[in-house]
Amino acid sequence: MPTAMEIYKLLPRTNCGECRFPTCLAFAMQLANQKVALEACPHVSEDARAALEESGAPPIKLVTIGVGDFAAKVGDETELFRHDKTFYHPTVLGLVADDSTGLDRMKAKIERTKSLCYERVGRTLRVDLVGVRHSSGKVEDFLEAVKAAASQPLPLVLMTEDAGLMAEAIVRCKEKRPLLYRASPGNFDSMAAIAKAGPFPLVIGGAADLHELSAMSSEARKTGVTDIVLEPGRPTAAQMLEDMTVIRRAAIKKRLRPFGYPTVAVLGSSETDFLKAALGVLKYSSIVLMDEVPPEFLFPLMVLRQNIFTDPQTPIQVKAGLYPIGEPSERSPLLFTTNFSLTYFTVRADIEKSKIPVWLLVVNTDGQSVMTSFAAGKLTPESVAKAIEDGGVKEKCARDEIIIPGMVTRMSGKLAELTGMKVVVGPRESSGLPKALKSIGV
Amino acid sequence: MVLGGSNGLPFHGFESETPHSPLIAMDVLDTMRVVPQELVRSIGTVVREPVEWAKKCEKEWGADLCVLKLQSANPEEENRSVADCEALVTDVLRSTSLPLFVYGCGFEEKDAKLMEAVSNAAKGERLFLGLAEDKAFKSIAAASMANGHGIVAFSNLDVNLAKQMNILLLDFGVKPENIIMDPLMAALGMGLEYSYSVIERLRLGALMGDPVLQIPMLCDCSCAWAVPDALEENPERGTPELRGIYWETITAYAAAVAGADLLIMRHPQAAANLRSAFSDLRGGA
Repeated sequence: MPTAMEIYKLLPRTNCGECRFPTCLAFAMQLANQKVALEACPHVSEDARAALEESGAPPIKLVTIGVGDFAAKVGDETELFRHDKTFYHPTVLGLVADDSTGLDRMKAKIERTKSLCYERVGRTLRVDLVGVRHSSGKVEDFLEAVKAAASQPLPLVLMTEDAGLMAEAIVRCKEKRPLLYRASPGNFDSMAAIAKAGPFPLVIGGAADLHELSAMSSEARKTGVTDIVLEPGRPTAAQMLEDMTVIRRAAIKKRLRPFGYPTVAVLGSSETDFLKAALGVLKYSSIVLMDEVPPEFLFPLMVLRQNIFTDPQTPIQVKAGLYPIGEPSERSPLLFTTNFSLTYFTVRADIEKSKIPVWLLVVNTDGQSVMTSFAAGKLTPESVAKAIEDGGVKEKCARDEIIIPGMVTRMSGKLAELTGMKVVVGPRESSGLPKALKSIGV
Repeated sequence: MVLGGSNGLPFHGFESETPHSPLIAMDVLDTMRVVPQELVRSIGTVVREPVEWAKKCEKEWGADLCVLKLQSANPEEENRSVADCEALVTDVLRSTSLPLFVYGCGFEEKDAKLMEAVSNAAKGERLFLGLAEDKAFKSIAAASMANGHGIVAFSNLDVNLAKQMNILLLDFGVKPENIIMDPLMAALGMGLEYSYSVIERLRLGALMGDPVLQIPMLCDCSCAWAVPDALEENPERGTPELRGIYWETITAYAAAVAGADLLIMRHPQAAANLRSAFSDLRGGA
C-alpha cells in the first residue's frame, strides 16, 4: 500500500470535506489504512484513480483455479518470511497424468489423485489439483483423460503447448475453469488468445531467463490475460530457490507488476524432485505439480505445508474433550492438559512412552500452554471442573482421582473442592510422565 | 570440518558467499532404550554397540561428524558410572577419525561431573560438549575452556533465549568460535513451524549485524523418530520405516533452508537424501 503522503499528493487537495473528512490529508490517512474507499471523494481525477488503484492492488494477484468448494486459490501473499505476518495460501499440490502412459493408467492416476486425502489434527490434507498432460502419447487418450478428469471434483491443469489441442481440451471441461499450461515463446499469441477468451488462468513459461519471463508476463497482461501464473522452470534446486526468491522479492519489495503473480514448479519423480517439492512449499512456489509420489513422502510433505502455512499469530488448537490414549478402562488414570497443539502432542507422546493407557482431558485454553494459560487465568479450577463436566468424564472414568500438571499445583485445593475428586500433583515437565505414571500404579 | 562463514541467507549463492555446505552429523546412542524397532532393523545390530555404530557412521554412511549421546548415564535409568562413560568416549575416539560431539544425559548434577570427566579425558581433541543450558553451563564451560573444546549452547525455541545463552557463555569467557547454537528443532508435525521461524530470525539477526547471533547453528533432527505420525501403522500412508526416513529428511531440509549449519541425523538413508539435496541446492557443487 502507498503511504498517506503518497496518496495525498494524488488527491485534489481542496479540503472540500465532501468525503466527510475535514481535510484531504485526513482522508488520505484513512485511505492508507484501508478504512474508506476512494469512491468517497467525488473530485478525484481519472489519472489519480488509475494510479491509486494500481498501487492499491495486492502485490501478488490472487488467482483462482477451478470452481466451487474445491477451487484452488493461489497468490495474494504479502511477506517474504512467515514470522513477519503469515503466509496466506498454502502451496497447491497436484499430480500429473501423462498420455505417454496410456489411457488406463491416466484414468487410474486421476482416480488415485482424487482419493489422496488424509485426516490430521482435525483437518483434511489433500492433493488439490489434477494435471492432464499431452506428451508423446495419443491425442485421443489425452482428450479422453481430460473428460474423465472433468467429471471429478478437483480442479484441472490442461498441459499441452499445442494451442489447437488446448482448444479441443477446453471444450471438454469449460465449466471447470482449468489452468492452462502453458504459453511459451513458440505459441505465445495463440495461447494468450485462448486464455483471454475463456477467460482462464494461464501459465507463462519456457523463457530463457527471468528477463524474458517478465517481458512475456507484461505482454500477456497487455493482451488482456488477467490471471497469470509464472513458471521460471530452471532445473536445479539452487536455480529454483534463486528464481522464486527474486520473483517474490520483486513483487513485494519493488512492486514489479510483471512478477506480481503466483508461481508454479513442475517436477519429475526422482528423489531430488521430492525435496524440490518441499523447497516449493518453504520458498514461494504457489503450485507444485508432481509426476509420481509415494504416500510415504506425500503425507509428510502435506504436514510440512500444514506447518509452514500455520498463522504464527494464532496457535493451532486441538479440540477440547476427553481423549483415550491406548485403550483405557474405567480404572485407568485421568490427566488433564491444555488445548495448545504442541502441549497436547508432547503430553500424548510422553504418555504413550509409558505404555500405560490413560484418559487425557484436554481443557480449552484458546491454544495457550499450561503456564501461559494459568497465568492468564484461562486455566483455572473452574475451567477444569467445567471440562470434566462437559467431557462426560465421570461416566467413563470411575477412578475419582485426577492428575494435574506440576506447574499448577496451586489449583489442587480448589479443584478438589469443586469436583470432589482426589487431586494428585504430576511432574512439572511432561517428560516426567512415564516415571510418574509407573509409580502411581494402575 | 568447517561450518558457517556465510554472509547471506542459506543457499543464496546467487547473491552472497556460501563457502560451506551444511554438515551432516549422525548420532550414536549408548542405550537401546530410546531406539525405535524400525531403526534397529535398518541400522542393524550395531545399535547395540556404540563403538561399532560410530565406525559405521564414518566408513559406510559418510557422516561428517558423530554425536555420541550418553543417555545411559541417566540416574533414573541405567545410571552408568562416569568412569564407564568416559571409557566409552575414549574408545569411540580411538576407533574413528570423525570429529566428535559428546552429549550428557540431561540430568544437571550427573552431567556436571560427567562432562568434566569426558572433557579432561579428551584433552587435545577438538571435541564439542553439550548441552549447555542457561541454568547449567558453568561446569561444562569451565571444562571446555580448560581443554580447548567447543560447546553446544542450547535454548528452548526462543530467539531471545538463544541470544541470552550466547551472552552468558561469552561473558563467562568462552570464545565465539567455540560456540554452536542449538535453538531446539521441533520435528515435522510437532511444531516445526516454530523452530523454522526461530532459525530464520536468528539468521536474519546475524545478517543485520548482531555480533552475539553471528554464531553457527545446529539442529538435532533425530527427534523426527519420536513423532507418532512418522511410525504409526497406517497402510494409506505407506510403510512406517520409509515414512520415518522422509519425516527425518524433511525436518532436516526445512531446518537447513531456514539457516541451520549442521544437522544431526539418525537414519543413514535420511542422511544420504539430505546430502544429495544439499548438492542440488548448491547447484551441483
